Amino acid sequence: MARVLRAPWALVLPLALLVLWHLTVEHRWVAEGIIPSPAQVMRSWEVWIFGTIKGGLSPYSGTWLDNVLYSSKRVLQGFGLAAVVAIPLGLMIGWNRLTGRLVDPTIQLLRPVPITAWLPFAIAVFGIYDASALFLIGLGAFYPIVVNTTHGVRDTNLLLLRAARMMGAGAGTVLAKVVFPSALPSIFTGMRLGIGVAWTAVIVAEMIAVKSGLGYVLWDAYYVGRMDICVATMVSVGLLGFVSDRVIVYASRILLRWRTLEAGA
Amino acid sequence: MNGGQAAALELRGVWKEFVKGDRRIEAVQAIDLEIRPHSFTAILGPSGCGKSTLLNMAAGFDAPTRGEIRANGAPVASPSPKRAVVFQEPALFPWYSVYENVVFGPKTQGQSEQTYRPLAEKIIEQVGLKGFASHYPAELSGGMKQRVGIARVLVMQPELLLMDEPFGSLDAQTRTLMQELLLDVWERHRQTVLFITHDVEEALLLADTVCVMTARPGRIKKRIAVELARPRTIEATTSPVFNALKREVLALIREESVRADAETALE
Repeated sequence: MARVLRAPWALVLPLALLVLWHLTVEHRWVAEGIIPSPAQVMRSWEVWIFGTIKGGLSPYSGTWLDNVLYSSKRVLQGFGLAAVVAIPLGLMIGWNRLTGRLVDPTIQLLRPVPITAWLPFAIAVFGIYDASALFLIGLGAFYPIVVNTTHGVRDTNLLLLRAARMMGAGAGTVLAKVVFPSALPSIFTGMRLGIGVAWTAVIVAEMIAVKSGLGYVLWDAYYVGRMDICVATMVSVGLLGFVSDRVIVYASRILLRWRTLEAGA
Repeated sequence: MNGGQAAALELRGVWKEFVKGDRRIEAVQAIDLEIRPHSFTAILGPSGCGKSTLLNMAAGFDAPTRGEIRANGAPVASPSPKRAVVFQEPALFPWYSVYENVVFGPKTQGQSEQTYRPLAEKIIEQVGLKGFASHYPAELSGGMKQRVGIARVLVMQPELLLMDEPFGSLDAQTRTLMQELLLDVWERHRQTVLFITHDVEEALLLADTVCVMTARPGRIKKRIAVELARPRTIEATTSPVFNALKREVLALIREESVRADAETALE
């Protein structure tokens, strides 16, 4: 019930912004032709999604879903790759002192290099192919996941470790049954941050390193002066980012049921 | 060794020092302690006297700086299910249900479910948690959590039960209930217990032998045999014998705190 009542409040600000946007264009508060009106964006978006009745040769006619799928696939692959490497590595860095000393400083040193700064390197090494995009997305998502996993492991309650050991648990059991579940909330935090970076990275990569996907459309539309398509792309990416974040939150609610109980108590 | 039978727990000349910055802090000094099998020993002392340090060493979480600790004749080097610990905090795994917490030990040690399940169910009932097996720790009260903490060690049938102020963080009423529960459970299982507490009545009610410790650095000041008939109930705390013992222990503690204050004043 509370959930239903909260929904209208959440819509107040977006609607206000929409009205402001509409009025800005309508009353020419900015120079004409720079910003398309909300209605114009909606019309262009509709064509981009469903195409025109007579077909037409516009690259923005009925190609929305294809580009969404290109970008989503890259994000999923890059993010998946990042998670598969970063979670076990983060567990090892946090759990094993030697691994931590060996690997952690290098990660901290490389982490401040912005993902955009890797672009020329990625293209030089992987060429104008998917591999470039995957490298950038994977690398971008890797850092928050590995850092948060490490943090989660190091935060494990000493008393729980002692309890497990006095009940006969060896290192493997302690890692799997105590350290991992204890770090899981942090791992999910890392994944939420990681998926955000993945969407940023896919747009940058597609603008420059590959010739398909929403990032490519965004840059291409800008070049040919189709600001309406640019705005429609921005909103599309925003929605996709929001949905993927919700999916992770939903998965965490299921896996961390014990934690929602704790919060409620 | 006495009469060929090894002590359940034996501490010989145990010292423990901690290094904090450039200071050395002596936690416990020259501890000699021998605990007979199936006896209930309480260590009574003020907070900060090193009682928990003593227990952590007996559990194998910490090594003594000097001296030797043996359990059933074998040197203590690491934690073991033979020396089970009930901590001051329940220290339950919040992601496991009550039942999963209780069977963690036997399951980890590779016992089959047919072996541990009936025992686990029996013990869950004994500690008064019947009907809560599938609840999560977050859904339980402090006293119930600590019952789980006791059940999960009983199910391992340890040779020695180490209890570190297990009822210290409970309210007075719950504490009394838990003491009665422990007496009842102990009558059934008769495991060797080393019980750490700062509560005089608790020590006298539960234990056969009460070791009164000095303020830091902790030494054992005196051992007192509690000759109250078993099985005991909370009623025992009103008997003349109990009150005489209580007076004796309180006098020891007062003497100790006066000495500690005087030493602090001199420092």
